[in-house]
Amino acid sequence: MPAVQETVERVKRIDVDQYRYGFETLIESDKAPKGLSEETVKFISEKKNEPAWMLQWRLEAYRRWLTMTEPTWARVDYPKIDFQDLYYYSAPKPKKTITSLDEIDPEILKTYEKLGIPLREVAMLEGVEPKPGEEDPARRKIAVDAVFDSVSVATTFKAELKKAGVIFMPISEAIREHPELVQKYLGSVVPTSDNFYATLNSAVFSDGSFVYVPPGVRCPMELSTYFRINERNTGQFERTLIIADKGSYVSYLEGCTAPQRDENQLHAAVVELVTHDDAEIKYSTVQNWYPGNSEGKGGIYNFVTKRGDCRGNNSKISWTQVETGSAITWKYPSCILRGDNSRGEFYSIAISNGYQQVDSGTKMIHLGKNTSSRIISKGIAAGRSQNTYRGLVTAHRKATGARNFTACDSLLIGDKCGAHTVPYIEAKNSSATFEHEATTSKISEDVLFYCIQRGLTQEEAVGLVVNGFVKDVLQQLPMEFAVEAQKLISISLEGSVG
Amino acid sequence: MHHLNKLDTKMALLEVKDLKVRVEEREILHGLTLTVNEGEIHAIMGPNGSGKSTLSHVIAGKPGYEVTDGQILFRGEDLLEMAPNERAAKGVFLAFQYPVEIPGVSTMNFLRTALNAQRKARGESEYSTPDFLKKVREVSKSLNIPQDMLKRGVNVGFSGGEKKRNEVLQMALFEPSLCILDEMDSGLDIDALRIAADGVNALHSPKRAMVVITHYQRLLNYIVPDIVHVMSKGRVVKSGGKELALELEASGYAQFEDAA
Repeated sequence: MPAVQETVERVKRIDVDQYRYGFETLIESDKAPKGLSEETVKFISEKKNEPAWMLQWRLEAYRRWLTMTEPTWARVDYPKIDFQDLYYYSAPKPKKTITSLDEIDPEILKTYEKLGIPLREVAMLEGVEPKPGEEDPARRKIAVDAVFDSVSVATTFKAELKKAGVIFMPISEAIREHPELVQKYLGSVVPTSDNFYATLNSAVFSDGSFVYVPPGVRCPMELSTYFRINERNTGQFERTLIIADKGSYVSYLEGCTAPQRDENQLHAAVVELVTHDDAEIKYSTVQNWYPGNSEGKGGIYNFVTKRGDCRGNNSKISWTQVETGSAITWKYPSCILRGDNSRGEFYSIAISNGYQQVDSGTKMIHLGKNTSSRIISKGIAAGRSQNTYRGLVTAHRKATGARNFTACDSLLIGDKCGAHTVPYIEAKNSSATFEHEATTSKISEDVLFYCIQRGLTQEEAVGLVVNGFVKDVLQQLPMEFAVEAQKLISISLEGSVG
Repeated sequence: MHHLNKLDTKMALLEVKDLKVRVEEREILHGLTLTVNEGEIHAIMGPNGSGKSTLSHVIAGKPGYEVTDGQILFRGEDLLEMAPNERAAKGVFLAFQYPVEIPGVSTMNFLRTALNAQRKARGESEYSTPDFLKKVREVSKSLNIPQDMLKRGVNVGFSGGEKKRNEVLQMALFEPSLCILDEMDSGLDIDALRIAADGVNALHSPKRAMVVITHYQRLLNYIVPDIVHVMSKGRVVKSGGKELALELEASGYAQFEDAA
């Protein structure tokens, strides 16, 4: 596979302290005052030209948040966050309305260029089609709704999506243009009172993506959003809402990188998915935020609430995630299997190195009859990191015939890291069938030496073995992301051995 | 053998000089000397614990061994100064006694990654996918290795015989100049042994030397050595022609225990 070779190249070039994506872009920004208050909430709502109902919704969330306390049950350890010492809104100053890519701030485009990710997208945005006979799946059309420091600066492929009837736009725009849809679905999966970080997000979310796929429509392209944090001390509060109406299908890809920081950056995103009868949503994430330096200083705090509601019968939601970044990850993409015969899937690769702490997993909540779920989790711990899988599988009393299969595999690299598996299983009816498998292994010296004797360097050998370990999950990703993810995996394990 | 007639043109490929090796404070090799010329087949025999495998590991560069004295030269270059992957790129190949399994990594992917890593280290161009596929098909066909084996994870679920054939396949693909076969016969029945040995014999050439490490004489019925060395207690205690192996078969290692 050529990706392995590329991985090898990339790993060689990288210095452990030189986080590749650690650079800043100088752009004028428009900030809310520091700290959190009703005024901050109003400032954000006003900036977004939001209708009164939206402000009301935010304020209710804010008031609720004031009564809540931070959760402490996760196996993560970090200094207390001073929520009054953060900025809650920052946006590149809009110079004018953007109608084409040429009009985007060249600084922003340059940032994307440095990321290495967009070259493909740039080609696609310029309408470069693969030559006949050169069917490169990585060149498939991908609509990019670029989120740059909380504000979407470019939305493309709109016309084609419009033809199909698919709505794909920044959520701030959807609030104005499709208030009936937003009001109906926003907070219907993750209520404003759900948890400390989701409630905080509800009060101060700045932007995110909104997708609505009408009945019977198969979305003509994969939807992709690249998130980026670029303002010192700015919390990133994304809000994403995806609705797949009856018999529709959509695949959504999300990837993130962030510049290097000394201070920790708080990120508390909320993603809500809704599938109606016979609909399917496939949601894939590659997360590569700044993990902190080799001494564990800095790095993103990532407290995310992701949940999908299989509201209709025979509907399906599939989460695939590759988590390599962030100092702290607190994230449990979940499925509520409400409709009869609905299906939930969770495929995860969580890699921790250095001083990273990961507490991630999923919840599969079986409510409907004959619902099924599948969990494949691959945790890789290296350096001095701690990597926890935490999962809940539960069957309601009425969820007859519920089935779950869970496989949690952990791989340890070195002897200063830890891998932990915390499964919670509850079956409230006797017809539920739950299977759980878990393994923990160490990367063996003999395997490494075998590879090295065949000409690989130590790091190439680790990359190869780890990519083999996570193969089942990588295969779930769209090709586009699989290649990128494979590179990330090796990059994030750089310096983990010897 | 044909190459024995060309003594005057032979080049020393591997020179082990007075090698002393310790593992965790215990000396395993006590001054071992061995010269292998291009194109020669050497057999190293000896009882368990005589240091045969240690010698193969030290030549390949496995971590955990401390060389306290002596030298290993490969084409006149100091092998001990090279990282294990550099040694591989230079043409040192160790066929493992117990080849490891690498789940999720297809044999094909592994072969390509390793071959290109070696080529790159030598400053040669890497194989493109079509060129590589062509080469690997050619080589596996010549060794009667089914394509299906190449799609499976490296050695995952392979029988003992399949694992050894995979080693031979790699040997054929990487084209090393020195092949060290560590206890190749362990875990093989006679049929599997014959198939693996046929593969090895097919790869023998005037430029490629083989060092066959074995406890038993039976492997040498299939791979016929030019020179047989007997190791005991960390030294070579006797060297001779192939008849030495038969002598050992008849009388055992006991006669050498005192010599060591």
